[in-house]
Amino acid sequence: MMHWLNNLSPAWQFVLFSAIKVVAAFAVLMFMVAYVVLVERKVCAFIQDRIGPNRAGPFGLLQPAADAVKAFFKEDFTPAHVRKVFYVLAPAIVMLPGLMNLAVIPFGSRIGNQPMVIADLNVGILYTFGIVSLGVYGIVLAGYAANSKYPFLGGIRSSAQMISYEIAMGLSVIPLFLLVGSLNLSQVIHYQSGGFLNWLVFKQPLAFAIFLAAAFAETNRTPFDLPEAEQELAGGYNVEYSSIKFALFFMGEYANMILASAMMVTLFFGGWTLPIFGLDQPATALWAGLVQIGIFLAKLFCFLVMFIWVRWMWPRFRYDQLMKLSWQRFIPLALANIVVTAFVLWVRS
Amino acid sequence: MIVKRPPLSLAERLYLPAIWGGFKVTLRHFFKKKVTMQYPEEKWVVPEGYRGAPYLVRDQDGHTKCVSCQLCEFVCPPKAIKITPPGPNGTADRANAEKMPREFEINMLRCIFCGFCQEVCPEEAIFLMKDYALTGASRNEMIYDKEKLLALGGVHQDRIQKWKHKAEEAAQQDVFPVKP
Repeated sequence: MMHWLNNLSPAWQFVLFSAIKVVAAFAVLMFMVAYVVLVERKVCAFIQDRIGPNRAGPFGLLQPAADAVKAFFKEDFTPAHVRKVFYVLAPAIVMLPGLMNLAVIPFGSRIGNQPMVIADLNVGILYTFGIVSLGVYGIVLAGYAANSKYPFLGGIRSSAQMISYEIAMGLSVIPLFLLVGSLNLSQVIHYQSGGFLNWLVFKQPLAFAIFLAAAFAETNRTPFDLPEAEQELAGGYNVEYSSIKFALFFMGEYANMILASAMMVTLFFGGWTLPIFGLDQPATALWAGLVQIGIFLAKLFCFLVMFIWVRWMWPRFRYDQLMKLSWQRFIPLALANIVVTAFVLWVRS
Repeated sequence: MIVKRPPLSLAERLYLPAIWGGFKVTLRHFFKKKVTMQYPEEKWVVPEGYRGAPYLVRDQDGHTKCVSCQLCEFVCPPKAIKITPPGPNGTADRANAEKMPREFEINMLRCIFCGFCQEVCPEEAIFLMKDYALTGASRNEMIYDKEKLLALGGVHQDRIQKWKHKAEEAAQQDVFPVKP
């Protein structure tokens, strides 16, 4: 087996290992999407003095499987008044950015000779922002395709919100790249190795705060979940959807949440590194490689729990507050942060 | 009255007290004792006087108490009760009662558990019991007939036992000479 692998040409090796990594990362992401939903339901239940799903399997651990079976077997109803092409297209587009962003996230250092990132782009973050802005199309299309008023309002709100917060998000990370000097996410992680204080969250706390808030807004999570405000819009852009199409919106939201958490871990919390036991350097042994993937997933999980907890802790922002927060607070602050960081770097050099 | 609206401090405008307060409340509830009742395994103990499903009862001698007067059918607001009277030559399951229903049906899908039937019954033959979870696989299954209602209702310990006393009195009157 090893002999056969070593005899392959580098190009074929690249294709083979990339395919394996794509499948593995996709499987892990889907697994996490399913179980983050369960965690969300459990955390929500506990905060509300309830127990939550506990019937399917021990502690309700098979609930995601039951949900999936239900979503697939429900009637896939298409209302007569929808615009068919967009109606079918929208759930796919919502799901897509999460999956595509997975490609550039370094989820570990290396196992053997293989770097644990699917595509080590040298413009990783630009790619991410490019793909993230596609996410808004899914929701806008869903709102438009449904051809009814609640989804339409949800779509309008979401386009305004996502466009506003994308700017704040993009501006907030520029100081990071001024410090690191590269857009490559592996370089960003390398910069953060060697001590907790090297983590960019401690060097750029303001950038982190803005990025965090913008990430909540981009993933449509409370307190910025206006596009799907249940109380006002009866669910928002996904009202007219049923069965697996509805489930895709749901999965898309959670996939985006996981990817936003992964971005925050990578950009601000040192990615797969931990500055003890030499775990902040690319692994040489197999166990170290696996431990680093574990570290990444543990950090990711902390962020996911935070995302979930915030949802059950806070009320929603009013629409004008939402817009004000982005345009009058975050964007000027992010710009000031860029200027100050650049100035400090200029003085130091 | 003038409500004072003091300007928010910087910390308040950054939502910091709100974050902390919300976190405290949610954390407290997270570790609090849960109120969930595991329903099919644990069941709610209903209080006395609870108005559950109406069932027919027998007296302690095993006789059907209902005499088919149809007052409950008449008073029933959603018309859930349907009584088929025995007709001219129908008899009861005891000698001195005039009649008993040939069929007595309660449509539990229509019943609103108001208790008027129990209230109006001159024979104390129908009672609202403590059953609150009535299920069935079809609408027909939810129409309870006389046998089912009597089986579910069980025996009512009747202190007065009107018909038993009447029967005893009648028996005494048959004996000659009549005791004073």
